[in-house]
Amino acid sequence: MSALATSATASAKAGDDRSRGGSLSWMALPALVFFAGFGVIPLAGVLVLSFTSWDGLGTISFAGFDSWRSVLSDPGLPHALWITFLVIVISWAVQTPASILLGVFLAGHQRYRAVLSVLYFIPLLLSSAAIAITFKALLDPNFGLGAGLRIPLLTQDWLGEPWLAFGVVIFVVSWQFIPFHSLIYQGGVRQIPRTMYEAAELDGAGRVRMFFSITLPQLKYTIITSSTLMVVGSLTFFDLIWVLTAGGPGDATRVLALDMYKRGFQANLMGPASVIAVILVLVGLALALFLRRLGGRDNSHSQLEGM
Amino acid sequence: MATTILSSGPQSTATAPPGRHRNRRRGSARPNWVAGLISWIWLAIVIVPIYWIVITSFKSQSNYYMENPLVPPSEPTLTNYQMVIEADFPMYFVNSVIVTLGAVIPAVLVSFMASYAIVRGGSGRFLRWTNSLFLMGLAIPLQATIIPIYLIIIRLGMYDTLMGMILPSIAFSIPLSVLVLSNFLRDVPKELFDSMRIDGATESRMLWRLAFPLTRPAVVTVTIYNALQIWNGFLLPLVLTQSPDMRTLPLALAEFQGEYSINVPAVLASVLLSTLPILVLYVVGRRQLLSGLTAGFGK
Repeated sequence: MSALATSATASAKAGDDRSRGGSLSWMALPALVFFAGFGVIPLAGVLVLSFTSWDGLGTISFAGFDSWRSVLSDPGLPHALWITFLVIVISWAVQTPASILLGVFLAGHQRYRAVLSVLYFIPLLLSSAAIAITFKALLDPNFGLGAGLRIPLLTQDWLGEPWLAFGVVIFVVSWQFIPFHSLIYQGGVRQIPRTMYEAAELDGAGRVRMFFSITLPQLKYTIITSSTLMVVGSLTFFDLIWVLTAGGPGDATRVLALDMYKRGFQANLMGPASVIAVILVLVGLALALFLRRLGGRDNSHSQLEGM
Repeated sequence: MATTILSSGPQSTATAPPGRHRNRRRGSARPNWVAGLISWIWLAIVIVPIYWIVITSFKSQSNYYMENPLVPPSEPTLTNYQMVIEADFPMYFVNSVIVTLGAVIPAVLVSFMASYAIVRGGSGRFLRWTNSLFLMGLAIPLQATIIPIYLIIIRLGMYDTLMGMILPSIAFSIPLSVLVLSNFLRDVPKELFDSMRIDGATESRMLWRLAFPLTRPAVVTVTIYNALQIWNGFLLPLVLTQSPDMRTLPLALAEFQGEYSINVPAVLASVLLSTLPILVLYVVGRRQLLSGLTAGFGK
């Protein structure tokens, strides 16, 4: 992002910068108002609500640390945190290598790869609800694909066994999001200067060597961007899991976002649900900061540069 | 990947004649068979469920339980589609269209104006601060704010209305839109703005006459991406509506699936119908969407 740095210094030098900045500020106001009203204020509001008691309909009353105490002593919380952690780590570990490989493959300019990429990206278009409904029907032990084709291996009670259901969630998440991330990697690979590969070839480097010595290091910031989106995104897998398993069987797939929804909108305990929401935000911020640190560029624009 | 790349070694000597330009075009000069195989396997994983949705939606309910699931229907029927359309599908469809258009158009407009301000006057403290705020919005799971949003929408008297879904959708679209649009706006040469200003153009004239046309690909990208997100949105309608009349498609799909779980072909017909507009949008704007997203994130 050197363009950013140069344009910033260039405009800082311009004498009329101050007045121009002032006259332009109004243009940012509408976006700021929307984002403040339905982003920043709710974010502060969720913290406030975590200290109240509210059933979602009646009056809101101050309750001190009651909700925090009840949530933090609830064994459901460590469980939800653990499931969320597993979803984040495993879905990252499945999606990242697959997306990098597909991205590298799709970065080639061959015509058949362009055709393949059109088909690869179809899952991006479907809603999580549609995807969950489809896989629910496909994996049905009595009438699904396995039963229809009479393949015993595919005829499992996929959504009825805790660890199978968890595996299904990871598979469906990967099915839905690998296309998006391979798109990001495709863009990243195409920006690697061709001359680097040519130089390496002159030195007699093979494909493996070039992949690990040129492609992967050059993709560092793309990996951080993609991982940030992946990790923060997996905190909010709500709709997919909700329709697919509703957190079950038992609470085998009850991630934090689902825990929040169930406490708030099913059990009508908005206070404890807000506590979960605060935890969600904190976990999201911590993960994003951690990934940024990993990027090694520590300035105010590093996140932007990662993109 | 290791085996993928290694295996291509022998092929390269077989297909490419030894010479100075032997390795100029990686990939095409040295066929990478294993990478090819993996890509076809992935294609199957992606395509089989989609193919299954399409063929099953034309099967009758009784044939669904009898026939091989991967063989096209022996007697294709449109009854599933007829049933879905009679089950209020057009109403949900209209709701989705209203919410999507009602949110995407203002979201892209305000994001564009904000990006313009941030790129052109970004050294001012207020705009720098605004930019950081939007960037922070990317790292925060906004879904976690759903409870206060529910409260705000109730207090605004917008619970169970389409407007109640539109307003938060606009807000959720802004961070990523500003990021992608400002990335593109930075590439507009500064000299173009300078020469327009010398001719006496105001900032808003430069925004509409210069910046907007020059960044049209980014605008299209952001529009399609946001439309996709909002069209497919589930949590906002789930929390902010209660009457069936206000449902948008994804929520209606989930409800429909609960009611007609026995009739899989009809459920899949509704899945297909709900995706159709997005599919059309994809076919029309695919090039723009894919290249725009690549450029927006790849930077």
